[in-house]
Amino acid sequence: MRHTISVLVENEFGVLSRVSGLFSGRGFNIESLSVAPTLDPTISRMTIVTSGDDRILEQINKQLNKLIDTIKIIDFTGEDFIEREMALIKVTADENSRAEILRIADIFRGKIVDVTPKCYTVEVTGSPVKVNAIIDLLRPMGIKELVRSGPVVLGRGPKGWKSG
Amino acid sequence: MKLTGSKILLECLLQEGVDTIFGYPGGTVINIYDDLMDSPVKHILTRHEQAAVHAADGYARATGKVGVAIATSGPGATNTITGIATAYMDSIPMVVITGQVPTPLIGNDAFQEADVIGLTRPITKHNYLVRDIKDLAVTMKKAFYIARTGRPGPVVVDLPKDVQIATAKFEYPETVELRGYKPTYSGNMRMVEKAAKMILSAKKPVLYVGGGASLTDAHGELLELAEMIQAPVTTTLMGMASFPTQHDLSLGMLGMHGTYYANMAVTNSDLLIALGARFDDRVTGKIATFAPHAKIIHVDIDPTSIKKNVRVDLPIVGDLRNVLKKLNNKIAEHKDEIESMHSALKPWHDEISGWRKDQPMTYKSSKVEIKPQFVIEKLRELSNDDAIVTTEVGQHQMWAAQFFNFTQPRTFLSSGGLGTMGYGLPAALGAQAAFPKRQVIDISGDGSFQMNSQELATLVQYRLPVKIVILNNNFLGMVRQWQQLFFDKRYSQTCMELPIDFVKLAEAYGATGLRATKPDEVEDVVRQAFETPGPVIMEFKISREENVMPMVPAGAGINEMLLRTA
Repeated sequence: MRHTISVLVENEFGVLSRVSGLFSGRGFNIESLSVAPTLDPTISRMTIVTSGDDRILEQINKQLNKLIDTIKIIDFTGEDFIEREMALIKVTADENSRAEILRIADIFRGKIVDVTPKCYTVEVTGSPVKVNAIIDLLRPMGIKELVRSGPVVLGRGPKGWKSG
Repeated sequence: MKLTGSKILLECLLQEGVDTIFGYPGGTVINIYDDLMDSPVKHILTRHEQAAVHAADGYARATGKVGVAIATSGPGATNTITGIATAYMDSIPMVVITGQVPTPLIGNDAFQEADVIGLTRPITKHNYLVRDIKDLAVTMKKAFYIARTGRPGPVVVDLPKDVQIATAKFEYPETVELRGYKPTYSGNMRMVEKAAKMILSAKKPVLYVGGGASLTDAHGELLELAEMIQAPVTTTLMGMASFPTQHDLSLGMLGMHGTYYANMAVTNSDLLIALGARFDDRVTGKIATFAPHAKIIHVDIDPTSIKKNVRVDLPIVGDLRNVLKKLNNKIAEHKDEIESMHSALKPWHDEISGWRKDQPMTYKSSKVEIKPQFVIEKLRELSNDDAIVTTEVGQHQMWAAQFFNFTQPRTFLSSGGLGTMGYGLPAALGAQAAFPKRQVIDISGDGSFQMNSQELATLVQYRLPVKIVILNNNFLGMVRQWQQLFFDKRYSQTCMELPIDFVKLAEAYGATGLRATKPDEVEDVVRQAFETPGPVIMEFKISREENVMPMVPAGAGINEMLLRTA
């Protein structure tokens, strides 16, 4: 089963390898990982998408907690949360396909952020499912390159973590 | 007044109450070694960095204090890896200081550069690269704090040479606050109350004790609990010596080479009370058949240990000694129930006595060949009660665990988790440095001993009178045993074909060497060794193909023991 965890860590030298090393060393799966500093520059927030049964997820949470640099873990399993991912997609755009690419981008509330005579770069934001959908629609035009940020998540409702 | 980084480092050690460190000098720690000449901290020069770390480990296990080792950058630091991993697996408090190339050179493949932080990340509780002299004192404070608190473990401090030379005002913080690190010590009272209830209504309880008992010095509380509820006690290799082996309630060790009766008791128990143990595969055997009828209470300071390998009915996170104190008080409130529990436990004790009578821990004696178990028995008989025993890893280690009786805590030092051959001699060195007057015995085999035999030089130089026992079968005995039992006696690379004259080896280093080749010589050799001042090697030419029995074959349940070699 797919799980999303946010980890607040000390924004220190080597902290990313502590976390990624923990996952690889113990055979835990990482589907995606994104990281950036929070409002408090001494703290970074990681969003990790992983998979495993309940026992593995419990170990992942405990092992992350055990790291000295981990300040807080938010496990979104069973929670109501907003999940967003960004993708930049470079698509071949000739006379025949330009209009169609524009139309697809529009449906997904995407933007064309770079234009050359032979290609468009589409920027799109949404849930991973939505990003998958636009990629599927653009694939027939010829995707030259694409990059996905991996999802970031935030719990729904008024509750928040102070520096998060 | 401003001090150099190397002076600050040594001041930090004094502030932490460190009296002895173990190490090996080199280019990137030369400044520290220069200042060491003017410091009251005693330094013991081992002959290998791995041995320095094992010595610090032995010192820590014997005293309960944080062990300290120091090594230079590059190969010095990489040589410490096995020692650090050994300490990590057994949760030993330790600070290892490594020199590093100057900060501007880091990452440039400089001479004797290694990424020590990267290398030691998965085998340390935490590690630090100190890049600014201003951070040095507070980093040392954090390192010692992390090493000794919570579930203890090794912490590496990597110190670039330019930071050792730079100067700063020395201020040692009195306290340290880490927002991501708050170990739970107390143990949830509601859980403790539930545990007390479960214990008082158990019909077939077993106390299963691990290294946590020794790390928290909980032997007193453990004895109190066991005697109060009259529950049998089995220990892991790491829990050995936390409960007196000769006690009526002692079942000895459980697991792969544990006693038959310990394994049968665990298998048939209705309540397994795990105290500072982590259900290692050498203990559980096949998980599916491990304690199948038991509810499990698991007390451990490390939440990751709980429910990692086995299901747990009642977890209690906390310091074992604290939890046991609370638990004992809680149980003691129920005098009547304790009484009725004692009578309810009678059939359980009878059942255990049956297993004990059926398959006692014993061996076939011989008048012709020296049996290794016989040597261990003689050592037990002739050594002092407070003797500290270290072991290497292999058959001799298991024989020591099976046949040496331990009465006092922190007297059995052995590499349990990592299983490091070459651990025992340097660990004995460290323990002897901590307790110069006590008897320290390294029980080893000819294979393991040769992994760190260079430390004989250190023993002689520092007049550390460690008594070394070599159970010599000219084999890597444990692997040979597996080859005999599971690989059709194909002894691939386990015969140490070159016979070593260990008596001469001892003499080459200026130590004493003694040898016994017949059973009737064993006692004399042991007596003579214990009477001889200074380090002594006792070489015993033992029966070559003796096996460690009983044994749970890999993958089998612990109730499916091989009782003797077919």
